[in-house]
Amino acid sequence: MSFLTTHLAAPMTEFAIRQGSQLITGARAFHHHDDEQQGFARPCVYFANHRSHGDFVLLWSVLPPKLRAVTRPVAGADYWSKSPFRKFIGQDVFNALLVERNSKERTEDPIGKMADAVTYGDSLIIFPEGTRNMGEDKLLPFKSGLFHLARTLAERGVEADFVPVWIDNLNRVMPKGEFIPVPLLCKIHFGASVPLNDEDKQTYLERASNRLADLSGEDRGNV
Amino acid sequence: MSDTPASTNAFAETMSARPELTWLFIGIFGLLMTASIVSFLLKKFAKRIDHKTLENLQDRINSWWVMIGLLVFVCLLGRTATIVFFAICSFMALREFLTLSDTRKGDHWSLILMFFVALPLQYWLINISYYGVYSIFVPVYCFLLLPVIAALRGDTTRFFERVAKVQWALMICVFCLSHVPALLNLTIPGFGERTVMLIVFLLLVVQLSDVMQYVWGKLFGNKLIAPSLSPSKTWVGFLGGVASASLVGAALFWITPFNPWQAGLISIVITVMGFLGGLVMSAIKRDCGVKDWGHMIRGHGGFLDRLDSVVFAAPIFFHVTRFFYSTS
Repeated sequence: MSFLTTHLAAPMTEFAIRQGSQLITGARAFHHHDDEQQGFARPCVYFANHRSHGDFVLLWSVLPPKLRAVTRPVAGADYWSKSPFRKFIGQDVFNALLVERNSKERTEDPIGKMADAVTYGDSLIIFPEGTRNMGEDKLLPFKSGLFHLARTLAERGVEADFVPVWIDNLNRVMPKGEFIPVPLLCKIHFGASVPLNDEDKQTYLERASNRLADLSGEDRGNV
Repeated sequence: MSDTPASTNAFAETMSARPELTWLFIGIFGLLMTASIVSFLLKKFAKRIDHKTLENLQDRINSWWVMIGLLVFVCLLGRTATIVFFAICSFMALREFLTLSDTRKGDHWSLILMFFVALPLQYWLINISYYGVYSIFVPVYCFLLLPVIAALRGDTTRFFERVAKVQWALMICVFCLSHVPALLNLTIPGFGERTVMLIVFLLLVVQLSDVMQYVWGKLFGNKLIAPSLSPSKTWVGFLGGVASASLVGAALFWITPFNPWQAGLISIVITVMGFLGGLVMSAIKRDCGVKDWGHMIRGHGGFLDRLDSVVFAAPIFFHVTRFFYSTS
Protein backbone atom coordinates (compact mmCIF):
# COMPACT_ATOMS: atom_id res chain seq x y z
CA MET A 1 0.00 0.00 0.00
CA SER A 2 2.65 2.47 0.99
CA PHE A 3 4.64 1.43 -2.07
CA LEU A 4 1.64 2.29 -4.25
CA THR A 5 1.20 5.59 -2.44
CA THR A 6 4.76 6.75 -2.88
CA HIS A 7 5.45 5.35 -6.34
CA LEU A 8 2.10 5.73 -8.09
CA ALA A 9 -0.47 7.89 -6.34
CA ALA A 10 1.99 10.60 -5.25
CA PRO A 11 3.75 11.13 -8.60
CA MET A 12 0.42 11.09 -10.43
CA THR A 13 -1.10 13.62 -8.05
CA GLU A 14 2.01 15.76 -8.32
CA PHE A 15 1.81 15.63 -12.13
CA ALA A 16 -1.89 16.51 -12.13
CA ILE A 17 -1.50 19.45 -9.75
CA ARG A 18 1.53 20.78 -11.64
CA GLN A 19 -0.08 20.48 -15.08
CA GLY A 20 -3.36 21.86 -13.78
CA SER A 21 -1.71 24.94 -12.34
CA GLN A 22 0.25 25.38 -15.58
CA LEU A 23 -2.93 25.16 -17.62
CA ILE A 24 -4.74 27.76 -15.53
CA THR A 25 -1.89 30.25 -15.13
CA GLY A 26 0.50 29.53 -18.01
CA ALA A 27 3.25 30.17 -15.44
CA ARG A 28 6.75 30.72 -16.78
CA ALA A 29 10.08 31.40 -15.11
CA PHE A 30 11.98 34.60 -15.86
CA HIS A 31 15.56 34.93 -14.73
CA HIS A 32 17.10 38.23 -13.68
CA HIS A 33 20.56 37.08 -12.69
CA ASP A 34 23.79 36.05 -14.42
CA ASP A 35 24.28 32.79 -12.53
CA GLU A 36 23.54 30.12 -15.14
CA GLN A 37 24.23 27.43 -12.56
CA GLN A 38 21.69 28.79 -10.07
CA GLY A 39 20.19 25.87 -8.22
CA PHE A 40 22.50 23.31 -9.81
CA ALA A 41 25.87 24.16 -8.27
CA ARG A 42 24.75 24.31 -4.63
CA PRO A 43 21.47 24.22 -2.68
CA CYS A 44 19.12 27.19 -2.93
CA VAL A 45 16.85 28.75 -0.36
CA TYR A 46 14.11 30.30 -2.51
CA PHE A 47 12.35 33.03 -0.56
CA ALA A 48 9.14 34.30 -2.15
CA ASN A 49 6.23 36.65 -1.62
CA HIS A 50 3.13 34.93 -0.26
CA ARG A 51 -0.39 35.88 -1.33
CA SER A 52 -2.05 32.60 -2.17
CA HIS A 53 -2.10 28.95 -1.15
CA GLY A 54 -0.97 28.13 -4.68
CA ASP A 55 2.29 30.08 -4.41
CA PHE A 56 4.62 27.18 -3.73
CA VAL A 57 2.92 24.94 -6.31
CA LEU A 58 3.53 27.57 -8.99
CA LEU A 59 7.16 28.14 -7.99
CA TRP A 60 7.69 24.39 -7.85
CA SER A 61 6.07 23.86 -11.26
CA VAL A 62 8.45 26.20 -13.11
CA LEU A 63 11.63 24.64 -11.69
CA PRO A 64 13.52 22.30 -14.04
CA PRO A 65 12.73 18.63 -13.16
CA LYS A 66 16.22 18.03 -11.82
CA LEU A 67 15.87 20.88 -9.32
CA ARG A 68 12.28 20.05 -8.52
CA ALA A 69 13.41 16.63 -7.30
CA VAL A 70 15.59 18.18 -4.58
CA THR A 71 13.45 21.20 -3.66
CA ARG A 72 11.22 21.06 -0.61
CA PRO A 73 8.61 23.61 0.44
CA VAL A 74 8.76 24.51 4.12
CA ALA A 75 5.28 24.32 5.63
CA GLY A 76 3.53 24.43 8.99
CA ALA A 77 3.31 21.02 10.64
CA ASP A 78 0.09 21.99 12.46
CA TYR A 79 -1.76 22.43 9.15
CA TRP A 80 -0.20 19.72 7.01
CA SER A 81 -0.43 16.82 9.46
CA LYS A 82 -4.03 17.38 10.49
CA SER A 83 -5.67 14.77 8.22
CA PRO A 84 -4.44 11.76 6.19
CA PHE A 85 -5.24 13.65 2.97
CA ARG A 86 -3.18 16.69 3.96
CA LYS A 87 -0.38 14.39 5.07
CA PHE A 88 -0.47 12.71 1.67
CA ILE A 89 -0.35 16.04 -0.21
CA GLY A 90 2.24 17.61 2.05
CA GLN A 91 4.65 14.74 2.59
CA ASP A 92 4.16 12.20 -0.21
CA VAL A 93 3.35 14.56 -3.06
CA PHE A 94 5.42 17.64 -2.33
CA ASN A 95 7.96 16.20 0.12
CA ALA A 96 7.40 19.25 2.31
CA LEU A 97 9.67 19.98 5.22
CA LEU A 98 7.21 20.32 8.07
CA VAL A 99 8.17 22.67 10.88
CA GLU A 100 6.37 23.44 14.11
CA ARG A 101 5.28 27.05 14.13
CA ASN A 102 4.07 27.51 17.70
CA SER A 103 7.19 28.68 19.49
CA LYS A 104 5.89 27.78 22.98
CA GLU A 105 4.84 24.19 22.37
CA ARG A 106 7.36 23.04 19.83
CA THR A 107 9.82 20.31 20.59
CA GLU A 108 12.28 20.81 17.77
CA ASP A 109 13.96 23.89 16.38
CA PRO A 110 12.63 24.75 12.90
CA ILE A 111 15.80 26.60 11.89
CA GLY A 112 17.94 23.58 12.80
CA LYS A 113 15.66 21.32 10.81
CA MET A 114 15.87 23.56 7.72
CA ALA A 115 19.63 23.91 8.07
CA ASP A 116 19.94 20.11 8.30
CA ALA A 117 18.02 19.71 5.05
CA VAL A 118 20.23 22.23 3.24
CA THR A 119 23.36 20.65 4.71
CA TYR A 120 22.10 17.35 3.34
CA GLY A 121 21.85 18.98 -0.12
CA ASP A 122 18.17 19.88 -0.45
CA SER A 123 16.86 23.21 -1.67
CA LEU A 124 14.03 24.93 0.21
CA ILE A 125 11.07 27.16 -0.59
CA ILE A 126 10.19 29.57 2.22
CA PHE A 127 7.86 32.51 2.65
CA PRO A 128 9.66 34.91 4.99
CA GLU A 129 6.57 37.09 5.50
CA GLY A 130 5.35 34.26 7.73
CA THR A 131 1.75 34.51 6.61
CA ARG A 132 -0.28 35.31 3.51
CA ASN A 133 -0.24 39.00 2.64
CA MET A 134 -3.82 40.19 2.21
CA GLY A 135 -3.24 43.92 2.27
CA GLU A 136 -2.34 46.53 -0.32
CA ASP A 137 1.35 46.60 0.67
CA LYS A 138 3.77 44.84 -1.62
CA LEU A 139 5.33 42.83 1.20
CA LEU A 140 4.84 42.34 4.91
CA PRO A 141 7.92 42.84 7.14
CA PHE A 142 10.08 39.70 7.02
CA LYS A 143 10.21 37.40 10.03
CA SER A 144 13.69 36.70 11.32
CA GLY A 145 13.83 33.04 10.21
CA LEU A 146 15.57 33.86 6.93
CA PHE A 147 18.40 35.56 8.78
CA HIS A 148 18.80 32.81 11.37
CA LEU A 149 18.89 30.17 8.65
CA ALA A 150 21.56 32.12 6.73
CA ARG A 151 23.64 32.55 9.88
CA THR A 152 23.32 28.92 10.94
CA LEU A 153 24.43 27.74 7.49
CA ALA A 154 27.34 30.20 7.52
CA GLU A 155 28.42 28.92 10.95
CA ARG A 156 28.34 25.36 9.67
CA GLY A 157 30.30 26.40 6.58
CA VAL A 158 27.54 25.19 4.25
CA GLU A 159 27.34 27.10 0.98
CA ALA A 160 23.84 27.97 -0.22
CA ASP A 161 22.25 30.63 -2.43
CA PHE A 162 19.46 32.77 -1.01
CA VAL A 163 17.34 33.43 -4.09
CA PRO A 164 14.50 35.99 -4.09
CA VAL A 165 11.49 34.83 -6.12
CA TRP A 166 8.64 37.17 -7.03
CA ILE A 167 5.38 35.38 -7.84
CA ASP A 168 3.27 37.70 -9.92
CA ASN A 169 -0.49 37.77 -10.39
CA LEU A 170 -1.52 34.59 -8.60
CA ASN A 171 -3.55 36.62 -6.11
CA ARG A 172 -5.63 37.85 -9.06
CA VAL A 173 -6.13 34.34 -10.41
CA MET A 174 -7.78 33.30 -7.17
CA PRO A 175 -8.35 36.07 -4.62
CA LYS A 176 -9.01 35.12 -1.02
CA GLY A 177 -12.50 33.79 -0.49
CA GLU A 178 -13.16 32.97 -4.16
CA PHE A 179 -13.36 29.40 -5.37
CA ILE A 180 -13.30 29.62 -9.18
CA PRO A 181 -9.92 30.62 -10.66
CA VAL A 182 -9.66 33.14 -13.51
CA PRO A 183 -7.11 31.97 -16.11
CA LEU A 184 -4.83 35.03 -16.02
CA LEU A 185 -1.14 34.58 -16.85
CA CYS A 186 1.41 34.35 -14.02
CA LYS A 187 5.13 35.03 -14.12
CA ILE A 188 7.75 33.79 -11.70
CA HIS A 189 10.79 36.08 -11.44
CA PHE A 190 14.05 34.66 -10.09
CA GLY A 191 16.63 37.16 -8.82
CA ALA A 192 20.31 36.99 -7.98
CA SER A 193 21.33 35.43 -4.68
CA VAL A 194 21.34 37.65 -1.58
CA PRO A 195 24.26 36.32 0.52
CA LEU A 196 24.61 37.14 4.21
CA ASN A 197 27.49 39.57 4.66
CA ASP A 198 28.96 40.78 7.88
CA GLU A 199 25.74 42.54 8.88
CA ASP A 200 23.12 42.51 11.61
CA LYS A 201 19.66 40.92 11.42
CA GLN A 202 17.72 44.06 10.55
CA THR A 203 20.07 45.10 7.76
CA TYR A 204 20.04 41.69 6.15
CA LEU A 205 16.27 41.27 6.32
CA GLU A 206 15.68 44.72 4.85
CA ARG A 207 18.17 44.08 2.07
CA ALA A 208 16.57 40.74 1.24
CA SER A 209 13.10 42.26 1.32
CA ASN A 210 14.14 45.12 -0.97
CA ARG A 211 15.75 42.76 -3.45
CA LEU A 212 12.53 40.73 -3.56
CA ALA A 213 10.39 43.86 -3.99
CA ASP A 214 12.69 45.06 -6.80
CA LEU A 215 11.78 41.96 -8.79
CA SER A 216 8.14 43.00 -8.85
CA GLY A 217 9.20 45.95 -11.00
CA GLU A 218 10.70 43.55 -13.55
CA ASP A 219 7.24 42.23 -13.97
CA ARG A 220 6.07 45.06 -16.22
CA GLY A 221 9.24 45.40 -18.25
CA ASN A 222 9.87 42.69 -20.78
CA VAL A 223 12.63 40.18 -20.58
CA MET B 1 -32.66 32.79 -37.35
CA SER B 2 -31.01 32.04 -40.67
CA ASP B 3 -30.25 28.42 -41.36
CA THR B 4 -26.88 26.93 -40.58
CA PRO B 5 -24.79 26.07 -43.62
CA ALA B 6 -25.22 22.35 -43.99
CA SER B 7 -21.81 21.19 -45.07
CA THR B 8 -19.38 20.15 -42.39
CA ASN B 9 -16.40 19.99 -44.66
CA ALA B 10 -16.63 22.90 -47.04
CA PHE B 11 -12.88 23.12 -47.27
CA ALA B 12 -12.26 19.59 -48.52
CA GLU B 13 -15.16 19.98 -50.93
CA THR B 14 -13.73 23.23 -52.21
CA MET B 15 -10.35 21.66 -52.64
CA SER B 16 -11.68 18.83 -54.75
CA ALA B 17 -14.00 21.12 -56.71
CA ARG B 18 -11.26 23.62 -57.51
CA PRO B 19 -7.90 21.90 -57.81
CA GLU B 20 -6.15 25.24 -58.42
CA LEU B 21 -6.58 25.88 -54.69
CA THR B 22 -4.01 23.21 -54.13
CA TRP B 23 -1.62 25.59 -55.88
CA LEU B 24 -2.49 28.31 -53.37
CA PHE B 25 -1.36 26.12 -50.52
CA ILE B 26 1.66 24.90 -52.38
CA GLY B 27 2.41 28.60 -52.89
CA ILE B 28 2.13 29.38 -49.18
CA PHE B 29 4.32 26.46 -48.19
CA GLY B 30 6.78 27.41 -50.91
CA LEU B 31 6.94 30.90 -49.42
CA LEU B 32 7.59 29.48 -45.94
CA MET B 33 10.23 27.15 -47.32
CA THR B 34 11.97 30.06 -49.04
CA ALA B 35 11.85 32.07 -45.82
CA SER B 36 13.37 29.19 -43.86
CA ILE B 37 16.14 28.70 -46.42
CA VAL B 38 16.94 32.43 -46.57
CA SER B 39 17.10 32.61 -42.79
CA PHE B 40 19.36 29.54 -42.72
CA LEU B 41 21.70 31.04 -45.33
CA LEU B 42 21.75 34.40 -43.52
CA LYS B 43 22.74 32.64 -40.32
CA LYS B 44 25.51 30.77 -42.11
CA PHE B 45 26.97 33.51 -44.27
CA ALA B 46 25.84 37.00 -43.23
CA LYS B 47 28.26 37.57 -40.38
CA ARG B 48 27.50 41.28 -40.20
CA ILE B 49 23.90 40.92 -39.06
CA ASP B 50 23.78 40.51 -35.31
CA HIS B 51 23.01 37.12 -33.85
CA LYS B 52 19.90 38.13 -31.89
CA THR B 53 18.03 39.50 -34.93
CA LEU B 54 18.65 36.26 -36.78
CA GLU B 55 17.58 34.10 -33.85
CA ASN B 56 14.36 36.09 -33.67
CA LEU B 57 13.85 35.77 -37.44
CA GLN B 58 14.29 32.01 -37.22
CA ASP B 59 11.88 31.79 -34.27
CA ARG B 60 9.33 33.86 -36.18
CA ILE B 61 9.53 31.67 -39.27
CA ASN B 62 9.29 28.48 -37.22
CA SER B 63 6.19 29.86 -35.49
CA TRP B 64 4.69 30.68 -38.89
CA TRP B 65 5.08 27.03 -39.89
CA VAL B 66 3.15 25.98 -36.79
CA MET B 67 0.45 28.64 -37.13
CA ILE B 68 -0.21 28.03 -40.83
CA GLY B 69 -0.08 24.27 -40.39
CA LEU B 70 -2.62 24.50 -37.55
CA LEU B 71 -4.90 26.78 -39.54
CA VAL B 72 -4.92 24.53 -42.61
CA PHE B 73 -5.53 21.55 -40.34
CA VAL B 74 -8.57 23.06 -38.57
CA CYS B 75 -10.00 24.36 -41.85
CA LEU B 76 -9.76 20.83 -43.23
CA LEU B 77 -11.57 19.49 -40.17
CA GLY B 78 -14.54 21.70 -41.00
CA ARG B 79 -16.82 24.40 -39.70
CA THR B 80 -17.12 23.51 -36.01
CA ALA B 81 -13.38 22.91 -35.66
CA THR B 82 -12.68 26.31 -37.23
CA ILE B 83 -15.06 28.04 -34.84
CA VAL B 84 -13.57 26.21 -31.83
CA PHE B 85 -10.08 27.13 -33.02
CA PHE B 86 -10.91 30.85 -33.04
CA ALA B 87 -12.69 30.51 -29.69
CA ILE B 88 -9.40 29.19 -28.27
CA CYS B 89 -7.51 32.10 -29.88
CA SER B 90 -10.02 34.47 -28.25
CA PHE B 91 -9.47 32.78 -24.90
CA MET B 92 -5.70 33.17 -25.14
CA ALA B 93 -5.99 36.78 -26.31
CA LEU B 94 -8.44 37.61 -23.52
CA ARG B 95 -6.17 36.22 -20.82
CA GLU B 96 -3.24 38.23 -22.19
CA PHE B 97 -5.32 41.42 -22.30
CA LEU B 98 -6.76 40.98 -18.80
CA THR B 99 -3.42 40.00 -17.32
CA LEU B 100 -2.27 43.53 -18.15
CA SER B 101 -5.48 45.24 -16.98
CA ASP B 102 -5.33 46.13 -13.30
CA THR B 103 -8.49 44.45 -12.15
CA ARG B 104 -9.33 43.99 -8.49
CA LYS B 105 -11.00 41.37 -6.36
CA GLY B 106 -14.33 43.11 -7.07
CA ASP B 107 -14.00 42.20 -10.75
CA HIS B 108 -13.57 38.50 -10.07
CA TRP B 109 -17.09 37.50 -11.05
CA SER B 110 -17.06 39.73 -14.14
CA LEU B 111 -13.87 37.99 -15.23
CA ILE B 112 -15.27 34.52 -14.61
CA LEU B 113 -18.38 35.37 -16.63
CA MET B 114 -16.28 36.72 -19.49
CA PHE B 115 -14.05 33.66 -19.76
CA PHE B 116 -16.55 30.94 -19.06
CA VAL B 117 -19.92 32.35 -20.19
CA ALA B 118 -19.67 35.31 -22.59
CA LEU B 119 -16.87 33.85 -24.71
CA PRO B 120 -18.39 30.38 -25.26
CA LEU B 121 -21.83 31.93 -25.80
CA GLN B 122 -20.57 34.31 -28.51
CA TYR B 123 -18.95 31.45 -30.43
CA TRP B 124 -21.95 29.21 -29.92
CA LEU B 125 -24.17 31.93 -31.41
CA ILE B 126 -21.83 32.02 -34.38
CA ASN B 127 -21.97 28.25 -34.65
CA ILE B 128 -25.78 28.34 -34.88
CA SER B 129 -25.49 31.29 -37.29
CA TYR B 130 -27.68 33.60 -35.19
CA TYR B 131 -26.58 36.92 -36.73
CA GLY B 132 -29.24 39.02 -34.97
CA VAL B 133 -27.82 38.09 -31.56
CA TYR B 134 -24.09 37.56 -32.07
CA SER B 135 -23.75 41.02 -33.59
CA ILE B 136 -25.17 42.71 -30.48
CA PHE B 137 -24.55 40.26 -27.63
CA VAL B 138 -21.24 41.80 -26.52
CA PRO B 139 -21.80 45.50 -27.37
CA VAL B 140 -25.28 45.60 -25.84
CA TYR B 141 -25.84 42.88 -23.26
CA CYS B 142 -22.32 42.36 -21.92
CA PHE B 143 -21.71 46.11 -22.07
CA LEU B 144 -24.63 46.78 -19.76
CA LEU B 145 -24.45 43.73 -17.50
CA LEU B 146 -20.72 43.49 -16.66
CA PRO B 147 -20.58 46.89 -14.90
CA VAL B 148 -23.71 45.95 -12.96
CA ILE B 149 -21.96 42.88 -11.59
CA ALA B 150 -18.87 44.92 -10.72
CA ALA B 151 -21.04 47.59 -9.06
CA LEU B 152 -22.89 45.02 -6.97
CA ARG B 153 -19.55 43.93 -5.50
CA GLY B 154 -19.34 47.41 -3.99
CA ASP B 155 -15.70 48.26 -4.68
CA THR B 156 -15.51 51.79 -6.11
CA THR B 157 -11.72 52.07 -6.30
CA ARG B 158 -10.85 52.97 -9.92
CA PHE B 159 -14.33 51.69 -10.81
CA PHE B 160 -14.72 53.58 -14.09
CA GLU B 161 -11.26 52.58 -15.28
CA ARG B 162 -11.75 48.91 -14.39
CA VAL B 163 -15.14 48.67 -16.09
CA ALA B 164 -13.81 50.36 -19.24
CA LYS B 165 -10.81 48.04 -19.46
CA VAL B 166 -12.89 44.92 -18.95
CA GLN B 167 -15.30 46.05 -21.67
CA TRP B 168 -12.45 46.81 -24.06
CA ALA B 169 -10.93 43.40 -23.48
CA LEU B 170 -14.18 41.69 -24.37
CA MET B 171 -14.77 43.82 -27.48
CA ILE B 172 -11.27 43.34 -28.88
CA CYS B 173 -10.52 39.76 -27.92
CA VAL B 174 -13.94 38.16 -28.24
CA PHE B 175 -16.33 40.31 -30.28
CA CYS B 176 -13.92 41.52 -32.97
CA LEU B 177 -12.01 38.26 -33.30
CA SER B 178 -15.24 36.24 -33.55
CA HIS B 179 -15.94 37.99 -36.86
CA VAL B 180 -13.27 35.81 -38.46
CA PRO B 181 -15.25 32.53 -38.12
CA ALA B 182 -18.51 34.50 -38.56
CA LEU B 183 -17.49 34.78 -42.22
CA LEU B 184 -18.57 31.13 -42.51
CA ASN B 185 -22.16 32.27 -41.99
CA LEU B 186 -22.36 34.50 -45.05
CA THR B 187 -24.54 33.30 -47.92
CA ILE B 188 -23.08 34.54 -51.17
CA PRO B 189 -24.89 33.64 -54.40
CA GLY B 190 -22.67 31.59 -56.68
CA PHE B 191 -20.04 31.17 -53.95
CA GLY B 192 -21.75 28.24 -52.27
CA GLU B 193 -19.97 26.53 -49.42
CA ARG B 194 -16.64 28.15 -50.10
CA THR B 195 -16.95 30.81 -47.36
CA VAL B 196 -13.96 29.31 -45.57
CA MET B 197 -11.93 30.88 -48.40
CA LEU B 198 -12.95 34.30 -47.04
CA ILE B 199 -11.12 33.41 -43.81
CA VAL B 200 -8.07 32.28 -45.77
CA PHE B 201 -8.16 35.50 -47.84
CA LEU B 202 -8.53 37.78 -44.78
CA LEU B 203 -5.77 36.15 -42.75
CA LEU B 204 -3.43 35.80 -45.70
CA VAL B 205 -3.71 39.41 -46.84
CA VAL B 206 -3.59 40.97 -43.35
CA GLN B 207 -0.71 38.83 -42.09
CA LEU B 208 1.20 39.21 -45.34
CA SER B 209 0.83 42.96 -44.96
CA ASP B 210 2.33 42.70 -41.44
CA VAL B 211 5.25 40.67 -42.75
CA MET B 212 5.82 42.96 -45.74
CA GLN B 213 5.68 46.03 -43.47
CA TYR B 214 8.43 44.40 -41.42
CA VAL B 215 10.49 43.54 -44.51
CA TRP B 216 10.08 46.93 -46.28
CA GLY B 217 10.70 48.71 -43.00
CA LYS B 218 13.88 46.74 -42.24
CA LEU B 219 15.24 47.18 -45.77
CA PHE B 220 14.40 50.78 -46.64
CA GLY B 221 12.51 52.37 -43.75
CA ASN B 222 13.84 55.32 -41.83
CA LYS B 223 11.10 57.87 -41.05
CA LEU B 224 8.93 56.67 -38.18
CA ILE B 225 5.15 57.15 -38.37
CA ALA B 226 4.57 57.25 -34.64
CA PRO B 227 7.89 57.42 -32.79
CA SER B 228 6.18 57.54 -29.41
CA LEU B 229 4.22 54.34 -30.12
CA SER B 230 6.48 52.03 -32.03
CA PRO B 231 10.13 52.02 -33.09
CA SER B 232 9.44 49.71 -36.03
CA LYS B 233 6.54 51.35 -37.89
CA THR B 234 7.99 53.41 -40.74
CA TRP B 235 6.30 55.22 -43.65
CA VAL B 236 8.12 53.08 -46.20
CA GLY B 237 7.13 49.95 -44.31
CA PHE B 238 3.49 51.01 -44.10
CA LEU B 239 3.12 52.03 -47.77
CA GLY B 240 5.20 49.16 -49.09
CA GLY B 241 3.41 46.61 -46.91
CA VAL B 242 -0.09 47.81 -47.79
CA ALA B 243 0.76 48.06 -51.50
CA SER B 244 2.42 44.66 -51.84
CA ALA B 245 -0.17 42.82 -49.73
CA SER B 246 -3.01 44.48 -51.66
CA LEU B 247 -1.47 43.47 -54.99
CA VAL B 248 -1.32 39.89 -53.74
CA GLY B 249 -4.92 40.29 -52.51
CA ALA B 250 -6.04 41.47 -55.95
CA ALA B 251 -4.21 38.55 -57.55
CA LEU B 252 -6.08 36.18 -55.21
CA PHE B 253 -9.50 37.36 -56.43
CA TRP B 254 -10.22 33.85 -57.76
CA ILE B 255 -10.53 32.38 -54.27
CA THR B 256 -13.09 35.09 -53.33
CA PRO B 257 -16.48 36.23 -54.65
CA PHE B 258 -14.82 39.55 -55.69
CA ASN B 259 -13.47 40.58 -59.08
CA PRO B 260 -9.79 41.66 -59.24
CA TRP B 261 -10.25 45.38 -58.58
CA GLN B 262 -12.81 44.73 -55.81
CA ALA B 263 -10.41 42.26 -54.22
CA GLY B 264 -7.66 44.90 -54.46
CA LEU B 265 -9.81 47.64 -52.92
CA ILE B 266 -11.00 45.40 -50.08
CA SER B 267 -7.38 44.37 -49.50
CA ILE B 268 -6.39 48.03 -49.13
CA VAL B 269 -9.20 48.53 -46.60
CA ILE B 270 -8.26 45.53 -44.47
CA THR B 271 -4.50 46.10 -44.60
CA VAL B 272 -4.96 49.74 -43.55
CA MET B 273 -7.31 48.64 -40.75
CA GLY B 274 -4.75 46.02 -39.77
CA PHE B 275 -2.01 48.64 -39.62
CA LEU B 276 -4.19 50.94 -37.51
CA GLY B 277 -5.00 48.00 -35.22
CA GLY B 278 -1.31 47.40 -34.69
CA LEU B 279 -0.89 51.09 -33.87
CA VAL B 280 -3.71 51.17 -31.30
CA MET B 281 -2.59 47.95 -29.65
CA SER B 282 0.97 49.29 -29.49
CA ALA B 283 -0.35 52.36 -27.69
CA ILE B 284 -2.05 50.12 -25.14
CA LYS B 285 1.13 48.09 -24.65
CA ARG B 286 3.11 51.30 -24.17
CA ASP B 287 0.55 52.48 -21.63
CA CYS B 288 0.97 49.20 -19.72
CA GLY B 289 4.76 49.43 -20.01
CA VAL B 290 5.33 46.18 -21.90
CA LYS B 291 6.84 45.29 -25.27
CA ASP B 292 4.85 42.12 -25.96
CA TRP B 293 1.41 40.94 -24.87
CA GLY B 294 2.62 37.52 -23.81
CA HIS B 295 5.21 34.85 -24.34
CA MET B 296 3.33 31.92 -25.85
CA ILE B 297 4.43 32.22 -29.50
CA ARG B 298 8.22 32.07 -29.92
CA GLY B 299 9.67 35.07 -31.71
CA HIS B 300 6.33 36.87 -31.94
CA GLY B 301 5.36 37.38 -28.30
CA GLY B 302 1.77 36.63 -27.39
CA PHE B 303 -1.37 35.73 -29.33
CA LEU B 304 -2.41 39.39 -29.39
CA ASP B 305 0.91 40.41 -30.94
CA ARG B 306 0.00 38.24 -33.92
CA LEU B 307 -3.73 39.02 -33.92
CA ASP B 308 -3.72 42.79 -33.30
CA SER B 309 -4.13 43.59 -37.00
CA VAL B 310 -6.71 40.84 -37.54
CA VAL B 311 -9.02 42.03 -34.75
CA PHE B 312 -9.30 45.45 -36.36
CA ALA B 313 -9.67 44.17 -39.91
CA ALA B 314 -12.09 41.27 -39.31
CA PRO B 315 -15.33 43.13 -38.39
CA ILE B 316 -14.87 45.62 -41.26
CA PHE B 317 -14.14 42.83 -43.73
CA PHE B 318 -17.16 40.90 -42.44
CA HIS B 319 -19.56 43.82 -42.80
CA VAL B 320 -18.25 45.05 -46.15
CA THR B 321 -18.59 41.55 -47.57
CA ARG B 322 -21.96 41.04 -45.95
CA PHE B 323 -23.33 44.41 -47.11
CA PHE B 324 -22.26 44.10 -50.74
CA TYR B 325 -22.31 40.36 -51.39
CA SER B 326 -24.32 38.37 -48.85
CA THR B 327 -28.01 37.62 -48.93
CA SER B 328 -28.20 36.48 -45.30
